[in-house]
Amino acid sequence: MVESSKSPGSFRPGPLLFIASVIAVAAIAFAYTAGWLSPHRLTPKKLVAGLAPPGGPALGHRRNHAKGICFTGTFEANGNGAELSKATVFESGQYPVVGRFNLATADPNAKDAMVRVRGLGISIKTPDGQEWRSAMIDAPIFPVSTPQSFYELLTASGSKDPDAMKKFIGAHPEFLSFLGWAKSAPWTGSYAEERYNSLDSFLFVDGSGTKRTIRWSLIPAAQPETISPEELAKRGPDFLEQEITQRVASAPQKWTLVVTVANPGDPTADPNKAWPPDRHTVEVGTLTVQQIEGEPTGPCLNINFDPTVLPAGIATSDDPFPAARSAAYSRSYNSRTAEASYYPGNTTGGKQ
Amino acid sequence: MTTTRKRFTAPQRLLHWLMAICILSMLFIGVGMVSTVTPKYLTLVQIHKPLGIVILVMVLIRLTLRLIYKAPALPPDLPEPIKLGAELSQYVLYALMISMPLIGWGMLSAASYPVVLFGSVHLPSILPLSPSLHTWLWRAHHYLAFAFFGTILMHVGAILFHKLIRNDGIFETMAPILTRNQPK
Repeated sequence: MVESSKSPGSFRPGPLLFIASVIAVAAIAFAYTAGWLSPHRLTPKKLVAGLAPPGGPALGHRRNHAKGICFTGTFEANGNGAELSKATVFESGQYPVVGRFNLATADPNAKDAMVRVRGLGISIKTPDGQEWRSAMIDAPIFPVSTPQSFYELLTASGSKDPDAMKKFIGAHPEFLSFLGWAKSAPWTGSYAEERYNSLDSFLFVDGSGTKRTIRWSLIPAAQPETISPEELAKRGPDFLEQEITQRVASAPQKWTLVVTVANPGDPTADPNKAWPPDRHTVEVGTLTVQQIEGEPTGPCLNINFDPTVLPAGIATSDDPFPAARSAAYSRSYNSRTAEASYYPGNTTGGKQ
Repeated sequence: MTTTRKRFTAPQRLLHWLMAICILSMLFIGVGMVSTVTPKYLTLVQIHKPLGIVILVMVLIRLTLRLIYKAPALPPDLPEPIKLGAELSQYVLYALMISMPLIGWGMLSAASYPVVLFGSVHLPSILPLSPSLHTWLWRAHHYLAFAFFGTILMHVGAILFHKLIRNDGIFETMAPILTRNQPK
């Protein structure tokens, strides 16, 4: 340590150097924590930028699942979920829901027939002020096993190198099982006929504190009707939105929420791996979609369907995706809400 | 607003050092969490929110204590510009300590996120859902965080200057333990 000065007039560099180095060390530690010294760190910024099409993102819109339509309805819990989770949302009763049917594309003007993956975002609120949000898709598995590989997939699919995808698949053969689904799974003509899956696993915590790793799915009450992609391509660019609007106007649409409990040893950390079909399942309630509202004026527009918004009784598991999604969704939300003036719906009726 | 006491009272000193640890942690957690997509992100966010509220509660107590017990007077021989800097920095730090948690809370409210502290314990929303309010608050939270860290670096630099170069007793007013005899 430095001796305290007896004569302030005489210049001694020691104390000044010491002070400068304390400040420099703190500033460098801060810069390191912020990732400024780690160009290879996978940041939310990089992940979200990777989703953007070559011309840049559609300003004012979600950076992925950019095309969608709002709905409101209810979740009616039958009480069976209480054996798995102490969350209020599983106690018998009816809770209000805001949700969004959507397409997995960064283009808000994509033609509905061109997008393979369809999704559903949901927010359920209970009277005690807790909330459960989830964003599900109709694919039975996620394309890749880790957020890092997802970023590599985005990089490869946006690459000018004609061999980029081949190299990606070589390094990530798990992508082939997703491709298999994408090529062979039947298409339907309605959001109401899709099954939506959490894909990610979560923990359900029951009243005694016991934790179980689970996944969930919404199973449609409507009978899926297979329609060829060629037939769908002949329909209008927004046929899914028009169809669901008319369908819900004539009758509420329902889904059963089914929770699947993992067995020990199941791949809980990898949403690219389905669990064997014989796993214990519990039907915990029914989602009823009662009203469709266009996104520009709908209640889902400014909601971030962050899958880590969870009530007490549900928690994240060893699956690394919910954290990555939360980080990326937050960035997307901050960007798009700052660009709200670019959102065409601000002049109402921009879509449909 | 000064007292003839040579040091801040023990509760004031305790709060100062507790808050120093909390606020520095908070700033590092903040810049760290927004730079990663790993599961650390969630852990850090889950610390960030309740810790912010703890800081808000502590600074309100501290402000009350400050109004009751006041601060020891600055040395009379302190040059005017330094005196001004010392006084101004206290206003800036108090303003940041109070506003940052409120801005964070408001920002989450304006985005309609539930403000969960832990388990089922959550705070009410303090603002209506509003993209423009959210944007304004989010930017303020972001830029003020860097301003806060910069101010703390200056604060640390200044107090080391008082201790190591001027040795004028200002460091001792807030020191957790007495490191030398009281100034004359």
